[in-house]
Amino acid sequence: MEKLVDLQLISKYFGQQLVLNKIDFGLEAGQIVGLIGPSGAGKSTMIKTMLGMEKADEGKALILNHHMPNRFVLGQIGYMAQSDALYESLTGFENLNFFARMKGLSKKDIPTAIAHTAQVVELTEHLQKTVAGYSGGMKRRLSLAIALLGNPQLLILDEPTVGIDPALRRQVWKELHQLKKTGVGILITTHVMDEAELTDKVGLLLDGKIMAFDSPAALKTNYGVKTIEEVFLKAEGELE
Amino acid sequence: MRILAIAQKVFIELLRDKRTLLLLFAVPIFIMWLMNAAFSASTETHATIAVVDVSESITKSLDDVKHITAKDYQSSGSAQDALEEEKVDAILSFKDENHYQVTYANTDPSKTNMTRQVINSTLKQVQVQELIDSLKEAQQANLQAQVQANGGKIAQVTEDTRSREDISQSKIKLIENYIYGDKNTTFFTKMTPVLMSFFVFFFVFLISGMALLKERTTGTLDRLLATPVKRSDIVFGYMMAYSLVAALQTIVIVLSTIWLLNLEVLGNIGDVIIVNIIFALVALSFGLLLSTLAKSEFQMMQFIPLVVTPQIFFSGIIPLDAMADWVQSLGKFLPLYYAGHALSKIILNGTSILQLGFDISILLIFLLVLTILNVIGLKRYRKV
Repeated sequence: MEKLVDLQLISKYFGQQLVLNKIDFGLEAGQIVGLIGPSGAGKSTMIKTMLGMEKADEGKALILNHHMPNRFVLGQIGYMAQSDALYESLTGFENLNFFARMKGLSKKDIPTAIAHTAQVVELTEHLQKTVAGYSGGMKRRLSLAIALLGNPQLLILDEPTVGIDPALRRQVWKELHQLKKTGVGILITTHVMDEAELTDKVGLLLDGKIMAFDSPAALKTNYGVKTIEEVFLKAEGELE
Repeated sequence: MRILAIAQKVFIELLRDKRTLLLLFAVPIFIMWLMNAAFSASTETHATIAVVDVSESITKSLDDVKHITAKDYQSSGSAQDALEEEKVDAILSFKDENHYQVTYANTDPSKTNMTRQVINSTLKQVQVQELIDSLKEAQQANLQAQVQANGGKIAQVTEDTRSREDISQSKIKLIENYIYGDKNTTFFTKMTPVLMSFFVFFFVFLISGMALLKERTTGTLDRLLATPVKRSDIVFGYMMAYSLVAALQTIVIVLSTIWLLNLEVLGNIGDVIIVNIIFALVALSFGLLLSTLAKSEFQMMQFIPLVVTPQIFFSGIIPLDAMADWVQSLGKFLPLYYAGHALSKIILNGTSILQLGFDISILLIFLLVLTILNVIGLKRYRKV
């Protein structure tokens, strides 16, 4: 399988502080990989390194077979940040249109791309409203739609299901599994442990270190527990 | 074209922000109008002088002077009371033949100066007049003695004196011409070009800085940088939008000052707009750069006393010639100095922009350096 993300012994310092400690991490096409860890563990830094916003001090960060930082690769990555990161005074359509142009979609492809992604997140009828009037859930969906623009090969989603209702969350997951079938690789960070069960592989990030990286089932057997949540708590306990 | 898309986005956001629009276009006009009202009213100073024991001729000549009223007080005590109650601005009292005493309230130095000048010149004038009078008297007496001696020549002599009086009565007339404006030109007129560039600087600096700050705090900047957009595209996109804003703002300010406040622009209005656009871009890149140092809107506001206020002092609103040399050279590091100078030249002297190469190139250097710093500065948020 083609490796979309290949982090090899990545280390990152902020001043004297070691934020990422020799991280080995990979993601293949058609895979959903979850990344869990408490806040401050280094999840955001890891994602920023993958996007080239930060540069690793040691190790290699390969995204779609390119060394990061690399500006051109970014066109094939769909990124959804933790905050909604939308222009509130613009309409949903204008937000999508703007980011589609930033991603470098050609003018004739943009209308179909917008129509398709809006349909996926069920925002078609709200596209002409300004985002300031959107509910929290609608904003999340629009944010996801922006990440989906241009059919990226790799999706990096930072807590995509925070603040949306269970029905919609289920729908988002359905869509993610759909995308997975078409060969898209998805990296997802989450706080919701039962969501981690839905992934193919889970990476457990604690104190800038990948403590475990395996399928949910294998993790549960290894730690001898029944849920991912317990795996998480046990790993955290071991660290102390 | 990503630059165009960013410019469009920035512009649409501005258009939908009614408050900011008001700040950009209505507030400058309002402030210009206010300042005009304030400065044209204060050009005439009027002073009242209390006189005690002063001769009638002096009191009268004082009273005859424009903007001066002389009031006769019976005692120095009542004059003192009037001074304390601010009914009069100075007391002139007679001491002896050669001494007068003046007491100034001195709450308004311009009034004090005027009163001092008027009293001095009036006293001299009265002295001279008295001298002339006594001379005339002597002459008259002399004449009478002559007439008595030989009765024949009277007619000729009286004619002589008459012609002499004619000369003294025919006043010298001054014909006044103004290169710029007319006799109603006030201090405000001199300030207008500088004020105009100041508004452009202040508002573009603040609004653009806030805009980029908002992109950062809401996370849209990260999201933007997670696309293949070039860092320079973002800076140029912002520049494109704000040069349009500056052009519109300049047109609004220029036209409103021309119509509302009768500003006369000797040079080309197009030149005024070009200078303001360049200056707005300097302000923009300044705003963008400083916004990277601010963590919140409030911190952005904290730059105002540091960055914006000093520029006012060196912009030419306060005459620079009167300042110490080192202070003057300090002004040469601030962009408003050059923009203010160029605009003053165009508006007040009718200089063409082509002759203002020095000012323009300094502004362009500011712009270039700040732009490069901005593109490099964005590296903080993405390493390529």
